[in-house]
Amino acid sequence: MRFSRWLVSLMGVLTVSLALLVGLSSARSDAPAQNTATIKVGLITKTDTNPFFVKMKQGAQKQARALGVTLLTAAGKIDGDAATQITAIENMVSAGVKGILITPSNDSVVPAIRKARAKGVLVIALDTPPNPASAVDALFATNNFTAGVLIGKYAKVLFKGKTPKIAMLDLFPGPSVGYLRHNGFLSGFGVAGITQKDSTKYKTSPDVVCSADTSGDQAKGQTAMETCLQKSPDINLVYTINEPAAAGAYTALKNAGKAGKVTVVSVDGGCAGVRNVKAGVIAATSQQYPLKMASRGVQAVVNYAKTGKKVSGYTDTGVNLITAKPVAGVPSKGLAFGLANCWG
Amino acid sequence: MSTVESGATTDRGDAPLERLLQFGRAAVGNPIAGPLGALALAMIFFSFQSEQFLQGPNLSLILQQTVEVGVLAIGQTLIILTAGIDLSCGAVMAFGMIVMTKLAVHSGVPAIPAILLGVLACAAFGLVNGLFVTKVRLPAFIVTLGTFNIAMALVHIYSNEETIANPPSAMTFFGRTFSIGGTDITYAVVLMLALYALFWFVLTQTTWGNHIYAVGNNPEATRLAGIRTDRLLISVYVVAGAIYGLAALLLIARTEVGDPNAGQTDNLDSITAVVLGGTSLFGGRGAVIGTLFGALIVGVFRNGLVLMGVSSVYQILITGILVILAVSVDQLTHRKERG
Repeated sequence: MRFSRWLVSLMGVLTVSLALLVGLSSARSDAPAQNTATIKVGLITKTDTNPFFVKMKQGAQKQARALGVTLLTAAGKIDGDAATQITAIENMVSAGVKGILITPSNDSVVPAIRKARAKGVLVIALDTPPNPASAVDALFATNNFTAGVLIGKYAKVLFKGKTPKIAMLDLFPGPSVGYLRHNGFLSGFGVAGITQKDSTKYKTSPDVVCSADTSGDQAKGQTAMETCLQKSPDINLVYTINEPAAAGAYTALKNAGKAGKVTVVSVDGGCAGVRNVKAGVIAATSQQYPLKMASRGVQAVVNYAKTGKKVSGYTDTGVNLITAKPVAGVPSKGLAFGLANCWG
Repeated sequence: MSTVESGATTDRGDAPLERLLQFGRAAVGNPIAGPLGALALAMIFFSFQSEQFLQGPNLSLILQQTVEVGVLAIGQTLIILTAGIDLSCGAVMAFGMIVMTKLAVHSGVPAIPAILLGVLACAAFGLVNGLFVTKVRLPAFIVTLGTFNIAMALVHIYSNEETIANPPSAMTFFGRTFSIGGTDITYAVVLMLALYALFWFVLTQTTWGNHIYAVGNNPEATRLAGIRTDRLLISVYVVAGAIYGLAALLLIARTEVGDPNAGQTDNLDSITAVVLGGTSLFGGRGAVIGTLFGALIVGVFRNGLVLMGVSSVYQILITGILVILAVSVDQLTHRKERG
């Protein structure tokens, strides 16, 4: 008797909380109130937790509101969760979207994308190209290879006349972004024979004394840097896949008494990362623009809905080197620009 | 079985050999012999592959790097011993990190109360897990899958995706180092080892600990024997939650930030440590010290492979093979015991 009463009240509390949650979250959504003839755009990101994708979603929502269209969103549960993305594609097509913007978790979403396109839905990849790249109508992305090249060139000028001992703090096996930034950095630094086509394998050079994976995570970045310092205590240049990994690497360097003696470069241009450039934690970072990817994507879908014209090919949404200490021959922007245009 | 034992004592020259054999049999029968042996083998292997491996600073590093999963895995061990499992541990730890740092840095709460509130918040998640497992009788896998998602979402909502930096120095106390024989080691490692010693004692010498094994072995018989299994299980989940709160504090001390993205794969990593440590996923069997060795095995491989310059994909491959080996050994010895 006591237990079932307890159970009933628990269920009641849960139901009320759920109702409140749903009510609160829909109060924040951007669906216009009544218009059934509204154009629908879908946005599917890899996760809902990475600030990069959060910013991308915000950019898409802002543009959708400005243009008066409905934005449907979905995301994988973790990086690599393609199954949720596939379901989302199918559901959004059923819901009647005119176009889908997607950051593909991996290539297993390609068949679902093909089916959507066969039904006349415009599919644009954001940030990460699928394999093959022709699986989508268009790609709006940072050129991650260029992002790596910029910081590589910066480091090359900085290390002129010095003997570099490089640590490569990478992502994890799989996503092309990890290979592209890594290889771009080495190419910019001066290693011969690396092209943008090298997107599935890490290139290396005799100057690289250590490589370790970070999952783009601060704690794992710290672990990777600690272990690399054990391997080669005289590391003086660190490439990092993104700014959280760079922050972790800096903590390890600081604990080893090497803060300020080792150059750390990174990619992303998030606001926290640019603040770290200001604080001297990161020497230079390549800034990318997820907001631009999303808002241009929404615009492209709306154009397609109104005129039937599909966007195609690769649109480079741009990358800028952000640093407080510019070097000769490598164009860069300062902290003011970096902070004004950062995301997150 | 055989008459070998009785025959050996007649010849005094064979006595030391017989004692060695008896020691060997006892050692192999001991549940932590496997993980300890594997850890020793791994360390021997890597010491040959890289001359930096066996150095004091490097070994200290491995211990420091193992603290996060090592402490979480203590809570995971308690829960798995009851034949449950906890998928929410990493996310709950991250929630604790954010509560502690946000209260201290953004809301001006003094360090010690902020830490206590964070630990309480994690224990509260444990309470939720325990209640749903016992009162609603849902499988632990399902309950903790739900709380994993809830905790992860709450972390991101409450932190607003921001990493919280510059926690008060009381929160980073355990990151400070002291020197042993010229090698620096953090207080966090000492706390982790102390926690393992504490729970070894609790699990083997106290009534609560013995009841945990009992309920994992045979919950119905334990209940019929008069032990209030619901209360016991709830207490296990709450204690595990508090342990996750401690792990949160130690991770803040190590990384000096409250990171909303921390701990995302720690649920599987902690389960790996428990399994490699020889604890049975079916409950009722295992030694918590084994979990420490299990966590260290993973840390040793991760460190050693980087020192060797081997691609990290092999680390993932080797961990998977080790897990299957460990579970198979556990199954085979279990079957032998049964008859």
